[in-house]
Parts: sequence; C-alpha cells; structure tokens
Amino acid sequence: MPFAFAVFLWFMASITVALFIGKVWWLPPLISEHGAAIDRQLVITLIIAGIAFFLAQISLGYLIWRFRAKGGQRATYWHENSRLESVWTIGTAVVFILLSLNGNRIWASYILTPPPADALPIEVTAQQFAWNIRYPGPDGKFGRTDPHLINDANANYLGLDSKDPASRDDITTQNIMAVPVNRPIRVMLRTKDVTHSFFVPVLRVKQDTVPGLMIPIHFTANRTGEYEIPCAELCGMQHYKMRARLLVMSDTDFENWLKQRASMQ
Amino acid sequence: MASHSSQTVHTEIRHGFIRTYIFSTDHKVIGIQYLMLALFSVLLGMGLSVFMRLRLAWPAAKWPTLEQIFSVGFSGGQMTPEFYLAMMTMHGTIMVFFVLTTAPLSGFGNYFLPIQIGARDMAFPVLNMLSFWVTFVALAVMVSALLVTGGAPISGWTAYAPLSALGQVAGPGLGTGQTLWVISIAIFCAGSLLTALNFLCTTINLRARGMSLMRMPLTVWAWFTTAILALLAFPVLLAGGILLLLDRVGGSSFFIPGGLVVSDKLIPHEGGSPLLWQHLFWFFGHPEVYIAILPGMGVTSHILSTFARKPIFAYKAMVSAIFAIGFISYIVWGHHMFMSGMSPFSSMVFSVTTMAVGVPSAIKTFNWLATLRGAQIRFTTPMLFALGFVSLFVTGGITGLLLAQPAIDIYLHDTSFVVAHFHLIMGVAAIFGIFGGTYYWFPKMFGRMMSERLGRIHFWFTLAGVYAIFMPMHFMGISGAPRRYAQLTEFTYLQHLQPVQIFISICAFITIAAQFIFLYNFFVSMWKGERAGVNPWEATSLEWTIPSPPPHDNFGELVPVVNHGPYEYSVPGEPTDFVMQNAPAGSVAS
Repeated sequence: MPFAFAVFLWFMASITVALFIGKVWWLPPLISEHGAAIDRQLVITLIIAGIAFFLAQISLGYLIWRFRAKGGQRATYWHENSRLESVWTIGTAVVFILLSLNGNRIWASYILTPPPADALPIEVTAQQFAWNIRYPGPDGKFGRTDPHLINDANANYLGLDSKDPASRDDITTQNIMAVPVNRPIRVMLRTKDVTHSFFVPVLRVKQDTVPGLMIPIHFTANRTGEYEIPCAELCGMQHYKMRARLLVMSDTDFENWLKQRASMQ
Repeated sequence: MASHSSQTVHTEIRHGFIRTYIFSTDHKVIGIQYLMLALFSVLLGMGLSVFMRLRLAWPAAKWPTLEQIFSVGFSGGQMTPEFYLAMMTMHGTIMVFFVLTTAPLSGFGNYFLPIQIGARDMAFPVLNMLSFWVTFVALAVMVSALLVTGGAPISGWTAYAPLSALGQVAGPGLGTGQTLWVISIAIFCAGSLLTALNFLCTTINLRARGMSLMRMPLTVWAWFTTAILALLAFPVLLAGGILLLLDRVGGSSFFIPGGLVVSDKLIPHEGGSPLLWQHLFWFFGHPEVYIAILPGMGVTSHILSTFARKPIFAYKAMVSAIFAIGFISYIVWGHHMFMSGMSPFSSMVFSVTTMAVGVPSAIKTFNWLATLRGAQIRFTTPMLFALGFVSLFVTGGITGLLLAQPAIDIYLHDTSFVVAHFHLIMGVAAIFGIFGGTYYWFPKMFGRMMSERLGRIHFWFTLAGVYAIFMPMHFMGISGAPRRYAQLTEFTYLQHLQPVQIFISICAFITIAAQFIFLYNFFVSMWKGERAGVNPWEATSLEWTIPSPPPHDNFGELVPVVNHGPYEYSVPGEPTDFVMQNAPAGSVAS
C-alpha cells in the first residue's frame, strides 16, 4: 500500500510535467506585440509552479513509503525546528514577491500605458449573442447612438442616430472584425445588454464588456491571418457560440475591405 | 451554580422520537442532520454533473430516454444548451453552499467542536436547531428552483448581474428559477450566520478546565477561524442577495444601469452598477473558498498526526497559518475581477495580497510533510484520504501562482484552467477532508467501524479519478477553452480538445460510480459494522475518552480536565505511544 501510493504520486507528477514540457496541448500561436511578455511570465511561473509541484509530490511519495509503520517501533518525537521553518517561510515569500513584482510590471506596462494617439479606433459592442464592430469612417468620428433607436429587426443594432452627420460614414459589421497588421488598434468595448467578455486568445487580450461602461483596450497584431473571438463571460443560453472572426490584413487589404464594407451599407 | 448544573446532568431527559431525532437541540444529532443534508446535496450535485459531462463530451448526441423524462431540456432528444447551463448553475450552487459549507463546518463542527473542547453542548442549543432548520428550508427552496416552469437559473453560481437581475427576458430560467435561487441563498446566509455565532461563543466560553487555546486541536482552530470568516462574509452576501431580489421584483436598480436593450427591448431601469454585485459577491465569495477548505486543513492535520504517531510539526505555526489565511482571505476578493473593468491599479494590490496568501499555505504544506518525517505511518482509510488531501492541496493550490497575476490572468481568466484550479483545491481537496473526517469519526458517531477494505477501494478510485478528471482541464485552459461553454465544437481552435472532453467524461462516470462503494460502506457499516471501542485509533483528543456513540450530555458527570496538548504521540518514556489530553499531569509529556 505505501509503495503503491508513492508510485502513484511519482507517476502522476511525472506524466503531468511531461505533458506540459511536451506541449501536447499548448497556447495558441501569438500574434500580438504585448503578448510576448505575458507568455514569458506565464512560462516562468509555470516552471516555478511545476518544480514546486513536482518536488512536493515526489517528497510526499517518498515520505509515505519511507516512514510506513514497522511493527514495534516508535515514531521520532520531533515537532519543531524554528530555523527550518523560518528559512522555508522567507524562501517562499521571496519567490512569491519576485513573481508578483515582475507580473505587476508586465501588467502595468501593458494596461497602464496608453496607446499612441494615432491608434486606429474601433468600437466593439457586445450583445446576446453577437459582436457588433464599428469603424468611424473617413471623418474619424463615431456618430451618436441612442438605446431608444436600437432595432435589431431593421439591423440598427447599435441605435445609430442617422440625424448626426458623424454617423453617416460609420461602418458597422457583425461578428467580423478586420484590423491592419502592425498598426496600434484602440478598441472601445461596450455592451447593449449583459456582461460579456472580449477574448482574443491569439492576441492575449481579454476584457469584460460591462453594462453602463465604455472600456478602452489596445493591441497591435503582428501577423496576418484569420482568427477567432469567443465570449469569455457567461452571457446566456448561446454563450458557447458567441463568436466573431478576426481578420488581420495588410494595410492595403484593410483599406479595400473598409471601402467594400462602406459600399454595402 | 455548579451544584445546580451537576444535578441536571443526572436527570436523564427522555424525549419522544420527534424531539430526539428531528427537532433536537443535541449538537450531535444536529451535526448528523447537517451531514445527511450534505449527503443528499452531494448526490444531487453529482447527478447534475453527469448531465454536464454528457453534453460536453457528446454535444450532438440524442437521448430519447431522457427526452421522455425532461421533455423541455431534451427537446428533439438533444440536450439544450440552457439545460446544460441550468445543470451547471445548480451543480455549483448546491456543491458550494449545501455541501462544502455545511458538511465540514456545520456537520463535523457541530458534532465534534463541543466534544473536543470538553463541553456538554453548543452555547445556544435552540439557536443551533434553528440554524439547521433554516438551512433545510434554504435547500428546499433551492431544489424547488429545479422544478419550476422555465427551469433552474442559467447565470452560474456567481449570478452576475445584470444577467441575473433582468428576469425572463435575458434567458430561460432567469424568471421564477432565479428568484427562488436568490431567496434560497438569502435564507442560507441567515442560517450560516447563526451557526457561526454559536461556534464562536462555544469555543470562547465553554472550554473545559485546562483546555487553553494552545491546547485546542487544530480542528477546533480551523472551525473557530472558519466561523469568524462565516460571521463576516455571509451578511455581505445576504445584503447583496436582498438588493438583487429588490432589483428583480421591486423595480429597484442597484445592479442595472440605464439604457440596456435586451432582446430588442429597452429595460426601464437606470443608475445601477453591475460591478457592485461582483464586489459584494466576491467579498463573500473568496472567504467562502476558505470556509470550505479550512476545516479540511484542520481535519487533515489531526488525522496526519494521529496515524503518523507523531506530534504535528510546528503546532504554533499551524495556528498562525490558519489565522493568516483567514485574515488575508478578506483582502483578496478582487483577484476574481482582474478582467471585470475594475481599476487596473486595484488589480495590482489584489495581486500582491493574493500572492501573500500563498505563504501561509506553503507553511502548512511544509509542516504536513515534516510531520511525516520520522513517522510510523498507519495506513488506515482516514489516513489515506488525509495524505490524498495534501497531494491535492499542493496540485490545486500551486496554480494560484499563475492566476494571482493579472498579466497572466488576461489569458487564463474564465478558462478551464480556473475550473481545474478551484475544483482541485476547494472542491476535491475539501471533499477529501470530508471523506477523511467521515472515515475517522464514523466509529465515534455510530459506534461501529467502517469496512477498511471497501474504504481503500473507494480511496484509490477516487484519487486516481479526480486527477484524471481535473488535470486535463489545465491543458484545455492553456489551449484557451472558455469555461461555461455547453460545447467547445463551435470554435475551430478548440476542435482538437474534443477527445479530452470525452476522456474526462468517462473518468467522471467511473469516479462517480465508485462513490456508491462509499455509500454502501457508510450505510451497511452503520448497522453491521464491527463494534468500535472508545478509542479505536489510539488517538488523544477528548472525543476518544467517551463512549461510542457518546451519551446525550457527552461527558456526564465527569467533566474532563485537560493536562496535555492535542498531539502528544510517541513521547519518549511514556508507556503507550499516545498521551490522552486528559491524562493525569506529571507524566513525561507535561
């Protein structure tokens, strides 16, 4: 029994570590500039956690096997060792503090650093169960919206006010978001109804869309291609298929795409 | 006063069946009532998870037999996504509130806290009875949410507003089902609050002579700390629940901002904040995690020491660690909200406090391992579960290092990685604490031993099973699979995870089936088990000094006097390898 227990723990720990190292299931490809630092911190933390996990399970297995009861013997009367306890406490505290500082540095350098002023503005408005994407058009201004004007049946998903001149050249799409490659993008996140979450796995971007708030985020995509945008906050019965496509294009392709979309409106 | 109270001891109070087993004020009967309530709930919660796993592994499959039973949830034979979400919501709610809160704290705590400190009952026995029946009503209301038209709510156990506040317009189950859910939670909060008060008064006031704070078993320290957490956490959820109820039925707008358009309908509320609900919920919700796990830590320490035949390593550090965890658990709630739109500066603060909670947790792990060094381990079933707890606590806890960092949480938040993390630590580890406690105290509660052989089989299936179920969820999360999805197959980048889903479901069904070995062992041993003596495990704490099962007033006339700490095992020079807490002073151990 003790040996079986030990073998189980060693086996379980080894398989787990092997599956991580072998990257059998792993992060999707990375296509954003800020994401490299996030991935690095994730891997560093995973390695530290992995070592601690592995050593703890291996030692637990060893102790279980080594100190199984042998008839007629007494256990050691050993119940304190202040030096060992202090070393362990300070050691873990130092590791955790360093991890935490580095993690916060990365967070701050991404989240607290505003995008450049010429970043391309895009508005994303979530609703049950779709993503509405809006580009400001040639005038660079988003037109006025009003919840009273929202009418899904007439495809006015955002309640765009046609009386506002700025709204005339706005380009809206549903569930398809195109962005130019290597250009900073500023996304303003909103929702019409409940809380959703704008998750772009390949960009390492996630932000809840909160009713009543407009939350800005930013990123720069550095590889062209087609990707997926799931919703990451439970929003109702079709949460699992709230999906938009993300198209990362060259500048020319993007301009053409915008023109084509504008002509469709 | 003293002579008066010793007189009442002699008066054998004979009640009828109803006063003895149903409306009893005996803390032992109430403890068993709570355990039975938790047992019913855990079977129900487990049953709901079967539906979840069916849908996740085989989303397109048709189940004609199930359609005959659940005509709406399986319309056309296929399980609807809203039925999946209803199962998920109720699974989480029932497990967190009616299993992980009631069994370790109200169940075992009620039964053993008074005995372990040498008291005759709880400080307020009638209040104690009231707590149980209030909790019972809460469970009845919660179960009724499963049965009403429209079905159970689909907003998750976290019931994020405004999804949970808007009513039927936001989705099926969000009408009557959600209202019943909120009412049940509010009632549950009231019941738990009463329990917490009772635990605190009992621990502070009713300790036997000589039972100084530093002689209390770590189980008592854990229940005591948990009661402080419950006392401060549940009122906040109660307030939040009442506000949510008002938003739903009273036309108020605490959590609903203006200008929302749901299903093309303008919502007539304005001025509320969805983040306010999240703050109120998680201010309760994070301490709740520790309400679930702290008693398990206490039980594990207690069992490890007993069957290692060694004093627990660094008792004082263990007590400080319990308290540190309890205190820090109040200033970490924001780590559930890194992606919520809360100020990114607060995220940094919550990140540091969350990392800090890892330190006392690491201390505890280290001390458990150190307790085993030089031990003479007896591999009884409770010991197996305690050792399993340590393994699971490490595995589940260590991933907190990733989730505590907002930068990494950008990616991992709301993925299966989180599901794996919290199931291992607050779900399965806590359940291992409950199993450990059950196998350990069963002889005391029912006067008979459980079958060791069946216990071992149950243990191996369960340990291997839970690792097989939850370890792969880390990999799914790393691959970017969002949680709370009725199926992953709608997304191209998640297609390759479907075989993992099937693997997890099969492991889950085997593990669930193995739980019936436990049920069989539990109920058959109650009548047919080998008779247990006063102290079958050769343990030291006070519950092992009185008959199994203990009489109504526990110690009778012989109010114990405590002379020793709780973990005096293998003291050199003593005739046996354990010194009872109430053994005469003057021996080597003192």
